[in-house]
Amino acid sequence: MTNHYIDLKNSDCLLIMGSNAAENHPISMKWVMKAKEAGAKIISVDPRFTRTSSVADFYTALRSGTDIAFLGGMIYYIIDNNKYFKEYVENYTNASYIVAEKFDFKDGLFSGYNADTRKYDSKNWVFKRDEKGIPEKDPTFQNPRCVIQLLKRHYSRYTPEKVSEITGTPVADLLKVYEMYSSTGVKDKAGTVLYALGWTHHTVGTQNIRASAIIQLLLGNIGIAGGGINALRGQPNVQGSTDGCLLFHLLPGYLRVARASQPSLDSYINANTPTTAEPQSANWWQNYPKYSVSLLKFLYGDKATKENEFGYTWLPKAEDGKTYSWLDIFDELYAGRIKGMFVFSQNPAGSSPNTKKVVAGMAKLDWLVHTNIFNNETASFWHGPGMDPKKIKTEVFLLPAACSVEKEGSLSNSGRLSQWRYKAVNGPGDTISDGEMVSKIMLKLKELYQKDPGKCPEAILNIRWELLDDKKQFDSHKMAKETNGYFLVDKTLKDPSGKDIEFKKGDLVPSFAYLQADGSTSCGNWLYCGSYTKAGNMMARRGKEDPTGLGLFPNWAWCWPVNRKVLYNRASCDPTGKPWNPKKAILEWKEGKWVGDVPDGAWPPMSDKEKGKLPFIMKPDGVAFLYGPGLAEGPFPEHYEPVESPLAKNIMSAQMNNPVIKIFKSDLDKFASNDPNFPIVCSTNTITEHWCSGAFTRWQPWLLEAQPELFVELSPALAQEKGIKNGEKVVVSSIRGDVECVAMVTPRIRPFKIGGKTVHQVAMPFAFGWLFPKTGKDSTTNILTPGVGDGNTMCPEYKGFMVNVKKA
Amino acid sequence: MSQGFSILVDTSRCTACRGCQIACKQWNGLPATETRQWGSYQNPQDLSADTWKLVRFADGVDSTGKVYWNFFSDQCRHCLSPGCMAEAEKGEIVQNEATGAVIFTPKTKDLGFKATLEGCPYNIPRQNPKTKVMFKCTMCLDRITNNQVPACVKSCPTGAMIFGERDKILDLTNKRVEELKKDFPNSKALNADEVRVIYVVKDDPKKYYEYAAGK
Repeated sequence: MTNHYIDLKNSDCLLIMGSNAAENHPISMKWVMKAKEAGAKIISVDPRFTRTSSVADFYTALRSGTDIAFLGGMIYYIIDNNKYFKEYVENYTNASYIVAEKFDFKDGLFSGYNADTRKYDSKNWVFKRDEKGIPEKDPTFQNPRCVIQLLKRHYSRYTPEKVSEITGTPVADLLKVYEMYSSTGVKDKAGTVLYALGWTHHTVGTQNIRASAIIQLLLGNIGIAGGGINALRGQPNVQGSTDGCLLFHLLPGYLRVARASQPSLDSYINANTPTTAEPQSANWWQNYPKYSVSLLKFLYGDKATKENEFGYTWLPKAEDGKTYSWLDIFDELYAGRIKGMFVFSQNPAGSSPNTKKVVAGMAKLDWLVHTNIFNNETASFWHGPGMDPKKIKTEVFLLPAACSVEKEGSLSNSGRLSQWRYKAVNGPGDTISDGEMVSKIMLKLKELYQKDPGKCPEAILNIRWELLDDKKQFDSHKMAKETNGYFLVDKTLKDPSGKDIEFKKGDLVPSFAYLQADGSTSCGNWLYCGSYTKAGNMMARRGKEDPTGLGLFPNWAWCWPVNRKVLYNRASCDPTGKPWNPKKAILEWKEGKWVGDVPDGAWPPMSDKEKGKLPFIMKPDGVAFLYGPGLAEGPFPEHYEPVESPLAKNIMSAQMNNPVIKIFKSDLDKFASNDPNFPIVCSTNTITEHWCSGAFTRWQPWLLEAQPELFVELSPALAQEKGIKNGEKVVVSSIRGDVECVAMVTPRIRPFKIGGKTVHQVAMPFAFGWLFPKTGKDSTTNILTPGVGDGNTMCPEYKGFMVNVKKA
Repeated sequence: MSQGFSILVDTSRCTACRGCQIACKQWNGLPATETRQWGSYQNPQDLSADTWKLVRFADGVDSTGKVYWNFFSDQCRHCLSPGCMAEAEKGEIVQNEATGAVIFTPKTKDLGFKATLEGCPYNIPRQNPKTKVMFKCTMCLDRITNNQVPACVKSCPTGAMIFGERDKILDLTNKRVEELKKDFPNSKALNADEVRVIYVVKDDPKKYYEYAAGK
């Protein structure tokens, strides 16, 4: 979230799209309902009328996988009707930037596409810059090559009629949403976007979110109270794990994984440290060397020296352009190229797409170590449906893990708030925390490498592991302090006001502003620098003061970065530092300093031409990207059909699918698009009563009582067509397999009119499996889903694939 | 009798997370019953001796073609003059003086179930088929006499359930109905003068549950 949960109450209009907040993030509704009671309007856009829709002021449906069309229409509506927040757009976005001549867009493809490599050359998308390197601008917005003109031209194709033809949303409904939401493009109104897996589970997931970013920037909704783009994330520390480095292309703190083309520390830093010629840009990522060297010092301690590039060469390097995602891992498994696997606290045999391939891949392993609090379909895959235990050589170890209340540590929620949790009870039996497990494995590895060094032993032997307490147990406080970072030598630095400030060797670093690139500081994750300081464990704070009355609660736990609750908050003020909306001012420039939330940098507002800085400090030129040349598919989100579509061609262009997605080629990677055998759109979803694949919750009798069995939601029209009655057993099939479940016939789903034809959609949760409860059938919904991912993130397309439904 | 307590169940704020249904089972140590998916989110299908709080789900299409999905977190209303007590002459059912909670005692095994059920306008009493003892919501008497709100109220994330002294709850109820009427002219409180568990609905109570407003 750019903002945070409590801040939802400050909003005037909440667009809940790609999220079913009420069912999947029930507590978020506490704040949504507070906003509603203060007069805010709630808009719910979802293929199904959900529990969220039931409290919305306006609901409309769209076909799964057509969000960019829906949002593209809104972008055009906002520009065409002059609903955008002119002063904000002019000062804080790249709307006025002139794009160089090579950028072009024709019939679904941007310039620079290579059909053989399925990749773009983004050099074609750069801005025109003067001899100093400063982007050329046209503040009058008249130049046909300025960003806002290109934006308008791109989305002028997204007329309400065209959008309706693609999404199936009636034109009147589209206009109603556009009108309601764009009413927030004024100084004293805030609109917020709540999204979740409904936007990410697509081959165009990243661009879905980009489209919403464009809308939020046009309306001046970023950086303000009640605004922002708010990803509602998984409860058990999904935010914390991505901050950590869960994703394959990242190191902690969103630093980049080293690539094979970056053999030296210098080459790595040069490739990842942006520069700018814009005099008023803070260009915060210029600090990349400080954060990455401090990370190396955390990893390798005294072994990391200036002479050996702080141990950079010991870091594993990823091949350039290669993805190492979940989908790739299981493709490698299935190809027999991976021999052993650790699976921590996940249930890929239930939660991965195309689970038949996943399970077939696991059967080729020599060993599989799985840690969890219960048995599940992954640990037991070898005796699941269609498996012959006698023929499977995989040795499976199920390690009993302590659950969240049986261990101490931090947990970061969607609002970047890291809250310290105490251990309530000891886990049963032999359970230990996952920190302890990783620690034991690491120490054993070191021991083995000591005995038999093999190749590149430094990568393991030089890892510093000062994380154990007196009893040699993993100590989460030590881990948290190491994550925060230490001074490794005595050091005198300047504080923000320019005064000298002295640090001693062994001091905890109070803020990432003090991290150094010379090896004098260590830091496990620069974003968490400041979370555990001389003053104590900031994440354990429980102060209930709310000085602004806007729900910032600055003394409750601690959020990254530097306890700033709203990112880019200096954009909530005009260029002189006066809040756009004084009634909900999270920040104000008063008597030479910022008052309110922790500002995005202490510099004066940008009207101070000497010292002032632009508000979007994480962007090289200090302004937000309406035109975003950083993503794989191009600078503007464009509608492409899901990999499996009910249509023969994309109504918007000749380019059917996202041109940069990776298509796996195994015999189990089958797709059926525009196929009369699979004419129905299907989306998977989560339900309140179960957690993800249900691996934790199906064992809980009260939750199982509330949601006992797999079902498919379908419209009365489709039920009639297929002769299906409510509550009857049906079989849902995709080209990848069949799943039996119970039909839930409901008016909450309606057929769409798409490109002149009727298209049905159905929806299924994925919270069930074959292991428990025993129903005699395999209730693994993900047998049906295709193993294909987003063009940037490889997040699977669990939503918007093609099936058929018939009576069992 | 003192004013006692009341619970406002504001269905317009309910998102059917079912925290209340589970919290009731948890606090009261009630076992899960065996259920099957029957074409509805509502499960168990009905109240029982082991289920005293149940979120009922009702979807449909209104006269303008608009879809609705109404949630009704059903439980005993703790009537001021409980109909279920009509035949209970030997203390089988008692009304707690201080709180107003209506309590089924183990002696209910000696009561006629049919008559007790018929005496309740809201279709609440349920009987254990083996022991013949009847069960329903206790207003968490053990909690509310120890300065705790009922378990269901405690679990509610959206403020759809509010517990407090009856006069204060009645004030809140009236205010809430007035607010809701601006957008939903059919809004009303259900039998607020007769019950302690007061439901506020924004549409015809029959669109929530057959017995929402009583038989």
